[in-house]
Amino acid sequence: MPSVYTSTVIAAQADRVWSVIRDFNALPDWTEFVVDSRIEEGLPSDKIGCVRAFRLENGGFIREKLLALSDYDYSFSYSILESPMGVENYVATVKLFPITDGGHTFAEWSAEFDCAPDREQELIDHISTNVFLGGLTSLKSQMGG
Amino acid sequence: MVSVRRSTVIEAPIEAVWEILRDFNGHDRWHPAVRRSHLDGNKRTDQISAIRNFELTEGENLREQLLSMSDKDHSFRYAIVESDIPLQNYIAEVSLKRVTDGNCTFWSWTSKFDTPRGREQELAQLVAEGVYEAGFEAVRSRLTTTRTLSRHSFSSSAPSTQSQSGTALSGMAIGINRHGGPEEMHAIEVTAAPPGPGEVRLRQTAIGVNYIDVYCRSGYFDLLKPPGVPGMEAVGIVESVGEGVRHLSPGQRVGYACPPVGAYASVRTMSAALVVPLPDDIDDVTAAAALLKGMAAEFLLHRVHQVKKEDVVLVYAPAGGVGRILCQWANSLGAKVIGATSNEEKARVARAEGAHHVILPGNRSLEEQVMEITKGHGADVIFDAVGKDSFDHSVAALATCGHLVSFGQASGDIGARDISSLASKSVTISRPNFGHYTDTPEKVAAITKRLFDAIRRHVITIEVGQQYPLSRAADAHRALEARETTGSSVLIPDDYKKGQK
Repeated sequence: MPSVYTSTVIAAQADRVWSVIRDFNALPDWTEFVVDSRIEEGLPSDKIGCVRAFRLENGGFIREKLLALSDYDYSFSYSILESPMGVENYVATVKLFPITDGGHTFAEWSAEFDCAPDREQELIDHISTNVFLGGLTSLKSQMGG
Repeated sequence: MVSVRRSTVIEAPIEAVWEILRDFNGHDRWHPAVRRSHLDGNKRTDQISAIRNFELTEGENLREQLLSMSDKDHSFRYAIVESDIPLQNYIAEVSLKRVTDGNCTFWSWTSKFDTPRGREQELAQLVAEGVYEAGFEAVRSRLTTTRTLSRHSFSSSAPSTQSQSGTALSGMAIGINRHGGPEEMHAIEVTAAPPGPGEVRLRQTAIGVNYIDVYCRSGYFDLLKPPGVPGMEAVGIVESVGEGVRHLSPGQRVGYACPPVGAYASVRTMSAALVVPLPDDIDDVTAAAALLKGMAAEFLLHRVHQVKKEDVVLVYAPAGGVGRILCQWANSLGAKVIGATSNEEKARVARAEGAHHVILPGNRSLEEQVMEITKGHGADVIFDAVGKDSFDHSVAALATCGHLVSFGQASGDIGARDISSLASKSVTISRPNFGHYTDTPEKVAAITKRLFDAIRRHVITIEVGQQYPLSRAADAHRALEARETTGSSVLIPDDYKKGQK
């Protein structure tokens, strides 16, 4: 099963970073590739099981389901229900760790999924670079560094 | 249960950091707190259930067992199975994560454990700073001395958090450059030298404020020659001990009330002889407020004069620091306690502290009032720190074979007296000096044992009316001199407070 792992250090307190990313419906606020997002059935965005439906800048449409959310661990996990990427059993987790030495935040974004064998490397590169690193980089600039 | 979490970023690839950390028996090669490490039996260093034996730099021993290890997750967990430091049910986890954006490593070190009651903060600090943060710094310097730094730069923790006995420990103190008012007190940076033979180095957590500190600051007493640091009483944690110090060990809670001055500081190196371990059930602030006054009360009531049941005891300034304790303690010894004070408000305090009678200034002299209360017997013992203004009244108020204990002269020197007149009542006079009753470890141990026991049994209560950050010591002096304080005042070192948040 292919997996992707991307991480970075954000020059802001974990509390602050978490307050931005905790909202499952907030991708348009802190990424550059999501243009609009809504939570299906009008559910609150921190209800486990809620589904976010969003459109990408390039026109792609994605639906993802919130599997886990922990304010205690600063983490959430989600699965992809529908996407143009051609992945199956895709589960991703975003997690923050306070860096006590200096007051910054270590952030990681990881995923596991299944796909056609000949597309594996292409998808790993795409997800790790364009999605996760791209997302974390815009989050960093959002947090001021 | 105490939980400690510390984390940092090391500017080296995860493989390099993991190579150092994964050796469960290798801490003695890099951690400043570990002098020697060896494994039990013939287990391997990466064998789950292996037990490592640490001999720490400060002399303690502990045994830790490897519970799990994962090369995949770059993590391991371990438990303390035996330890000279009272960390109970201690389970820790070391975990590394790759920072893919920058080729460095996130390192977290966490644990949960129980401690004896009252030692949670102190031991959490020891683990967090002395073990985890010191470990971060050691690995960081090991890896970065052989590497050029990559593009990120991260603030690193202050080197002063290391618990290395060979280096100076930095902190802050309140110093004066010349005698004068509270405005002469300034925060200064100080370093505590590594302890020499017979010495101890302390991280102080609470400092008692006494009126004698005002006298030292103003120059009324010559105990402090500027430039210098006032203060005679504090509580803290032993950071390290010098050669030959047997009764103290690092991590221990201790306190002292003795010259030389220098207690208004967050770190201090001093003679270990008169520094005593504190019991777990006496907290830092109480001890810092209790030592000097409580030790004085102890030797006044038990050594200078052995107060017995039914003794008539006269206490001047019964609402003051030492006076309150004298009233409480003498009362519990079964004495008939008379307080002599200046106004009704203080009289109420004195009665609440155990004075059976309170004498106020009035139409009749102190001795007449004492004789009336005691039906002509007089006071068997008088504790008088007033001095010049009270001396003759005290002598007159004594019973036959009575004992005047003059332990201070707030109103001025008593001056010359003709002792032949004392024969009319076979008077005994003592002029005890705190230093002579507290100048050996044995004396201090005996006095503090009885003092702590009295606090524990609520024979005496220590009221801490004011706490100030150490940096605001001048405010503490202003309030004390303006008589705005109630009970004792205690200073808390600012960096200690910060460390507890």
